[in-house]
Amino acid sequence: MYALREAIAAFRRAPVLTGLSSAMVGLALYVVGLFGLAAYNLQLALSSVEERVEVAVYLRDDARQSEIDLLLTELAAIPEVRSVRFISKRDAMARAQVELPEFGELFSDLEVNPLPQSLEVELRPGSRNPEVVERVSQSALLYPFVEDARYGREWVDKLFTLRRIGAATTAVLGSAFALVAALIIGTALRIAIFARREEIYVMRLVGATNGFIRRPFLLEGAMAGLLGGAIAWALTYATYRGVYAYLFEVAWMPDGWVALGMLAGGLFGAFSSTLAIRRHLEAI
Amino acid sequence: MIKLTHVSKEYPRRGYALRDVSFHLKKGEFAFLTGHSGSGKSTTMRLVHMSDRPTDGEVRVVGYSSEKVTQRHIWKIRRRVGFVFQDFRLLPGRTALENVAFVLEVTGTPRSAIVPKAQRLLTQVGLSPKSGAYVNELSGGEQQRVAIARALANEPYVLLADEPTGNLDDRATRGVMDLFWDINAKGMAVLMATHDLELIKRYPHARVFELDHGELVYDSAEAEAPVEA
Ligand SMILES: Nc1ncnc2c1ncn2[C@@H]1O[C@H](COP(=O)(O)OP(=O)(O)OP(=O)(O)O)[C@@H](O)[C@H]1O
Ligand SMILES: [Mg+2]
Repeated sequence: MYALREAIAAFRRAPVLTGLSSAMVGLALYVVGLFGLAAYNLQLALSSVEERVEVAVYLRDDARQSEIDLLLTELAAIPEVRSVRFISKRDAMARAQVELPEFGELFSDLEVNPLPQSLEVELRPGSRNPEVVERVSQSALLYPFVEDARYGREWVDKLFTLRRIGAATTAVLGSAFALVAALIIGTALRIAIFARREEIYVMRLVGATNGFIRRPFLLEGAMAGLLGGAIAWALTYATYRGVYAYLFEVAWMPDGWVALGMLAGGLFGAFSSTLAIRRHLEAI
Repeated sequence: MIKLTHVSKEYPRRGYALRDVSFHLKKGEFAFLTGHSGSGKSTTMRLVHMSDRPTDGEVRVVGYSSEKVTQRHIWKIRRRVGFVFQDFRLLPGRTALENVAFVLEVTGTPRSAIVPKAQRLLTQVGLSPKSGAYVNELSGGEQQRVAIARALANEPYVLLADEPTGNLDDRATRGVMDLFWDINAKGMAVLMATHDLELIKRYPHARVFELDHGELVYDSAEAEAPVEA
């Protein structure tokens, strides 16, 4: 209770300083928030595309049914594979006629069906990445009656590179800002400690515990962090509304992410104040 | 209460401030620690208060040993050992009452008990009429009384006082000394550092330690009744 009262009093005593450190945490988390928003929307977009990441194994016309069944069983046994579907030449033609109606007549005029029979390998969610896709197609290509295995390799690669760049940028920028915020929180606390050095001295003198002396500063740091989290949330939300209204349609992040961000702000504030306090309280 | 065994304190580049000092102050004793300037009085007080650790030897205070107690547990000693300084070290900008209440607050006294207890302590040192005055508006003697009330707040077993009368005139000095003897009469051990030999002569019943260049050269208890070798 003493700690809480003191932390609040510290806020009132130096509103500019605590405000500044909150604003910095806010800015740091805002950057993280923006990238989080972008990442979330990218992920939404990607996952709809990703569902279509599958491997098409084209078979020679002279492949025997027993051979095809063998390959099908083999592919289905791969842990990352969700399902394998056989598409006969006729199926392929039917699908082409549906999906490409403008060629409908052309197809029906043909005497021989030019489309190959194939196996469509669908991957489990979470395994739709270049490595798995590559591995699955390599094992299919071992069979002599397999004509080709395709999966739009470059496209899949790009998709994943894009995603990695996004994650890396968020991490790098977020931690750079977090570092600056930590320094500012540390400075604010150092000033607060300095302003209260006489009280701290007396507390030590008369036997207040270390924890008791530290607690108000810890709380102050955590409050600055939480406030920063709130600022970041407000800024990110405002940006989201702006983009939604004037640029294009985007989705808001799940509530869990927002809560996590705020919590991160509070924890971050408490953590950076722990570091600052550790060094500067002992010196008094 | 306080036991020093072959205690030495060496400051880097400054040499020994204390060399092989041993003494034992028992429960309820009153002792002066004297010696000229730089002889190591304040150093001894700091070691007893464990705000500094000896380079050699052991300091035992209210059951805690300098060899064992960690920084984390120092507070337990501090609540059992009151400390009064020459320059008072009160919190400026607070009243006498607030200065005493602060101690009670930060050492976990229940809220409702804080103000009555602080009032009682100020009454004990004869300052209750001035409890609402800001400490920087009080005289030196009055400020020292506030400091003593503060030192007594945790009901310590030992009171350490480093030149407590150094900034006071004769009248105020006598007042503070009377207060110390009162406190001592209630069973609290008092160790007071002073270089004022005239003052010491006025209290012939007190025990006297004398330091010279960091060495203990006189202990009245041993001089009067030497212990067998
Ligand atoms: N923190 C310190 N660092 C280095 N040397 C110190 C420190 N504190 C004290 N000393 C040295 O230790 C010696 C004893 O100092 P101390 O303060 O104990 O003397 P004192 O008896 O209290 O003197 P005074 O009567 O002037 O208060 C002195 O030579 C002093 O310079
Ligand atoms: Mg001294």
